[in-house]
Amino acid sequence: MPEIPDPPTAEVPVSDREIVLEAKDLSKHFAVRRNLRNLADRNRPVVHAVDDVNLKLRRGTVTAVVGESGSGKSTIARLLAQLYPLTGGQLLLQGKPVRAARGRAFRAYCRQVQMIFQDPFGSLNPTHTIRYHLTRALKIHKRAGNTAADLEQALKELLGRVHLTPPERYLDSFPHELSGGQRQRVAIARAMAADPQVLLADEPVSMLDVSIRLGILNLLRDLKERLNLAILYITHDIASARYFADETLVMYAGRMVEGGDSETVTQRPAHPYTQLLIGSAPDPDRVAVEAGAPAGEPTEAADAVAEAVVATEDDDRAGEPPSLINPPSGCRFHPRCPKAMERCRTELPPRFDLPGGQWAACWLYAEDAEERPVLKGAPA
Amino acid sequence: MTTPAVLDIRGLNVDYGLGSKAVHAVRDVNLTLHRGEVLGLAGESGSGKSTLAYAVTRLLSPPGVITGGEVIYHPRKGEPIDILDLGSEQLRAFRWQEISLVFQGAMNSLNPVHTVRSQLTDVLKAHRADMPRAARDARAAELLSLVGISRDRLGSYPHQLSGGMRQRVMIAMALALDPDIVILDEPTTALDVVMQRQILRQLTRLRAQLDFSVVFITHDISLLIEFSDRIAIMYGGRIVEEAGSKEIYETSNHPYSHGLLHSFPALHGPRRELTGIPGSPPDLTAMPSGCAFHPRCPRKFEPCDQRVPVLAPPTPGSDRSVACWLHAEH
Repeated sequence: MPEIPDPPTAEVPVSDREIVLEAKDLSKHFAVRRNLRNLADRNRPVVHAVDDVNLKLRRGTVTAVVGESGSGKSTIARLLAQLYPLTGGQLLLQGKPVRAARGRAFRAYCRQVQMIFQDPFGSLNPTHTIRYHLTRALKIHKRAGNTAADLEQALKELLGRVHLTPPERYLDSFPHELSGGQRQRVAIARAMAADPQVLLADEPVSMLDVSIRLGILNLLRDLKERLNLAILYITHDIASARYFADETLVMYAGRMVEGGDSETVTQRPAHPYTQLLIGSAPDPDRVAVEAGAPAGEPTEAADAVAEAVVATEDDDRAGEPPSLINPPSGCRFHPRCPKAMERCRTELPPRFDLPGGQWAACWLYAEDAEERPVLKGAPA
Repeated sequence: MTTPAVLDIRGLNVDYGLGSKAVHAVRDVNLTLHRGEVLGLAGESGSGKSTLAYAVTRLLSPPGVITGGEVIYHPRKGEPIDILDLGSEQLRAFRWQEISLVFQGAMNSLNPVHTVRSQLTDVLKAHRADMPRAARDARAAELLSLVGISRDRLGSYPHQLSGGMRQRVMIAMALALDPDIVILDEPTTALDVVMQRQILRQLTRLRAQLDFSVVFITHDISLLIEFSDRIAIMYGGRIVEEAGSKEIYETSNHPYSHGLLHSFPALHGPRRELTGIPGSPPDLTAMPSGCAFHPRCPRKFEPCDQRVPVLAPPTPGSDRSVACWLHAEH
């Protein structure tokens, strides 16, 4: 198998590419349902789904957001698509602030920012053909042309773009006649009908069969390269983020805890949570290592990963994220963190920049920390 | 494979529906589970892996029909039993006592209006009618601590527990009667990776401690390679390859196993371009002729679309087997 030229678009470094969509200090709180106990309460409790998230989606770049269920990663996608109103913060599309949740301005925003959902079985209407779904998208975004021939041409082009060929075979079929992978391709084609700048993909492959997941990821990568799209890839699978994304951000309990180049974040995780996540992911190579087969020299990063996993092994509650109604003070990871210090309980860690564009929101990396871990192999 | 067999599946066939409209979900499956081993059963949706588990425990509900074959259970002492021949009373005594099952989405199979205690003791009440109440309660508490949940959770209702804890309660329930075989059907699919690893480690420890055999069903083959001793890969209702998990990881013989193994991006090592497998899994109502995998297979040749390959060792005397014309002796 050929190795991918690494990074895929080596000409322009990721940090110099144009920012298409930017989120500044994004927060979203959901009010807890009114019940007898808090009926009279003036400050009704809220779920802190997303707090202070900063995110930049760049042209021709895939940015992955990795986290467990309940970490707020899907909320981020919905906030960026303006499906939820923001509690705090700002969205900037091509440098201009946007705040329109309805009407013409919202439709103009949708034309630029399209979304793909997790479940291709639920996102297509079972009573309509593929032709209907795509025609509707083309018409709403005024790309259907003037004549029937134009429309037909546009439909065929769309299906060709997502490798559903010959298009005639799929245009008049109903969603139930297609497999999961084909349905997801139709959903992608529908998003592409708007000719967007940004694609928000919320777990686009997690409902699909294993053997066809890569086909969809490779298709998205291909679209990104040909059309210079900015893609947000939401996933719980950190290995697929390494495979597919240029940049990876790790979320825990509604906050970003680490970010940087995908390769750096997965090979040299800095935040204890990322280390735990990577140590817990199934990895057949581990078997090879245990069997004594050569699998690369052990690194300090690998030791840290192993340590993080062992530390949580026998703790009853260790595998569980905290309640977001009353999130832990200070760093939200501190109740589970094997390296928690006094400071972690009280003070919220800011971002600390690490070499190579990586950053982590962890007090271990503060300038005045007593034992600042040295990340091996870091570029000076 | 020195340990004796505890479960022997011979020529098992399962259909959904009857007559010409029947869909063959499991065909000619031969599989042996040895005492104390973890057997992984991998396959995509529709490959028949869950149907196989339901057939073995006789839990198939209509229109599912077992149309042939036998499932022989070898108890520690006593005569082998064909599970498919048991009457309903015998079956009731047999289930859970000898084979227990943890279902897919097990977290939601707890009854929301009963406490953990009453659900755990219910199993004991049904099977050990003469057990005094205090002994039942003590056993329930013991079971909970076995899976790493503190005893004071006995009085909790399912909604008071997290997903991972509910899953562990289900595992505790499956172990209540010291069964010989535990079948886990996608036990951790709904959980996060951190919790998944914790539960699987706990299972590995319990297995060593209590000495039961496990059939572990999942679509995640990279998980199986870490946690099982042997892996059988199913495709279109048949087993296409069976081998030790390390062997299958190092050299997979069937093109489908190879494709499946190369569908998971690696966390370490060089970044490679992966392709997955072209096409989509077969439709059980319209199965391709010959080898079910041939329309997607990159290495198909003359006999593949006509004759069904049999599951056999690739070289005589080998302890692995594969159903592929590439490895058949002509």
